[in-house]
Amino acid sequence: MEKQSLIDLAYLAAAVLFIFGLKGLTHPRSAVRGNLLGALGMLVAVVATLVHQDVVGYGLIIAGAVIGGTIGAVLAVKIEMTAMPQMVALFNGFGGGASVLVAGAELITKDPSERSIAFALTALLAGLIGAVTFWGSLVAFAKLQEYQAFKKPIQYPAQQWINAALGALVLLLLVLGTMYPQYAWIYLPLVLVASVLGFTLVNPIGGADMPVVIALLNSYSGLAACATGFVLENSVLIIAGSLVGASGVILTQIMCKAMNRSLVHVLFGVLAPAEGAPSADEVYGGKIKAATAEEVALLYDGARRAVIVPGYGMAVAQAQHAVRELADLLESRGVEVEYAIHPVAGRMPGHMNVLLAEAEVPYEQLKEPGDVNPQMAQTDVALVIGANDVVNPDARNNPASPIAGMPIIDVDKARTVVVVKRSLSPGFAGIPNPLFAMDNTQMYFADGKKAILDLVAALKDL
Amino acid sequence: MGIETLLFAAEEAAAAAGSGSALPLMAAITVFVLAIFVGFEIITKIPPTLHTPLMSGSNAISGITVVGAILAAGAGQGFWAPTLGLLALILATINVVGGFLVTNRMLEMFRKKK
Repeated sequence: MEKQSLIDLAYLAAAVLFIFGLKGLTHPRSAVRGNLLGALGMLVAVVATLVHQDVVGYGLIIAGAVIGGTIGAVLAVKIEMTAMPQMVALFNGFGGGASVLVAGAELITKDPSERSIAFALTALLAGLIGAVTFWGSLVAFAKLQEYQAFKKPIQYPAQQWINAALGALVLLLLVLGTMYPQYAWIYLPLVLVASVLGFTLVNPIGGADMPVVIALLNSYSGLAACATGFVLENSVLIIAGSLVGASGVILTQIMCKAMNRSLVHVLFGVLAPAEGAPSADEVYGGKIKAATAEEVALLYDGARRAVIVPGYGMAVAQAQHAVRELADLLESRGVEVEYAIHPVAGRMPGHMNVLLAEAEVPYEQLKEPGDVNPQMAQTDVALVIGANDVVNPDARNNPASPIAGMPIIDVDKARTVVVVKRSLSPGFAGIPNPLFAMDNTQMYFADGKKAILDLVAALKDL
Repeated sequence: MGIETLLFAAEEAAAAAGSGSALPLMAAITVFVLAIFVGFEIITKIPPTLHTPLMSGSNAISGITVVGAILAAGAGQGFWAPTLGLLALILATINVVGGFLVTNRMLEMFRKKK
């Protein structure tokens, strides 16, 4: 009994460490320490479990830990920062998978006479949520990694009907399994259906909606761990799982608000241009002004305030270091430089911030739209690189647009706008962007990284 | 089905959980609700600039499932528990180790200043 109390105390200490760890993330100063506290909490929880009286097979444990630890360490250390979103998705999925297996193991080993309704319910939930998380995360990984087969949603007929049918089936199995805990085998078809559902739910989601989906899957993996905690009657799993679940839900909400689309719409809706919407030719015809590096450099001559708006394209072009070079050069010429980061720019919440941090941009220069928009009228040059929909004025001006109501970065109000793009191809929303045709806009057609480096060279010549 | 069944289940669980660390259902639900509140309070104060490390870090914490995996893998008897447990342990350890290391890498970048 005494040993068990010590173990429980250790679990509590671990939970407290997790909480303080997450608190550390409220500021870049304390963030590294916060992460270390979280890792320490995990260590405490693991050690406490190792001395549990039920744990005897240490050989298997060492094997599993070494294999998993090596794979995890190698992956974490070797990947490029730009592959961050898919790495988080992958690890997330693995956590969900672990929940399915642990709940399943507990179902099998638990004495059938001790299977209460609550036990059955939480075990089934752990399997359900864990399976959806695992397969959904794998699909997300494939999409972000841009594997050929997953670049576009895989089409098959009656998608929404199939989703509805699967959802109904999974609920039915959940209810049946809970009402009849003696039939533990119901877990198997439940996990199977949930796995398919994980695929069908994430498959239709396109590129720019990925931040929402990843945040959602993140919360699911926490909820799965939480459910497993109920199954094992283990408090640290419940607490940690709830923290992660809450975190994911909040991030999902923030993403949806930033896109002005409801979660339901993101998951089940299709983005289509409104009927009778102007075509690209009508919007752009004859109004596009293309500039060279030298002409853009001249725009910066005498400028006092510059804003840079990064988007997914910057990540693709790997231009963040070049952008930082540009910012440094501008600052040395007395220009005030700020970055306007839209919440859903990129493929993951905070994606742009991580890329720019990698390029050693001081984090004080990374601003939210709310900070930058009020001063846009006093901004001499706004440089848009790799972003499209988040700077599309239609969101503000055109109620019929598919992106109507979405909060954007008001670069159209700046004195001059320079858009770095390879071509006039549309962004994720598939609609033309009137920003490109505006009088105070110059298009700078080139590959992101080369464009910025050429611009830097031209500026140095001034 | 209904509230009576749930209450009965709670009693059942509490009775079966008489030994050691098992957390009675009502206590577990209490902990769950409170933890959600704590989670909301903390997470809403995290600035957007740190959202990616938040996703990565919270994801690492969700690897707490490793505790359950250890219990299963270390059961020392039967076939399924150790087998499923081993698999779960590998997956969960990748989640934990990879997650904390990746988060650390990200956060180190935020530390450097010009």
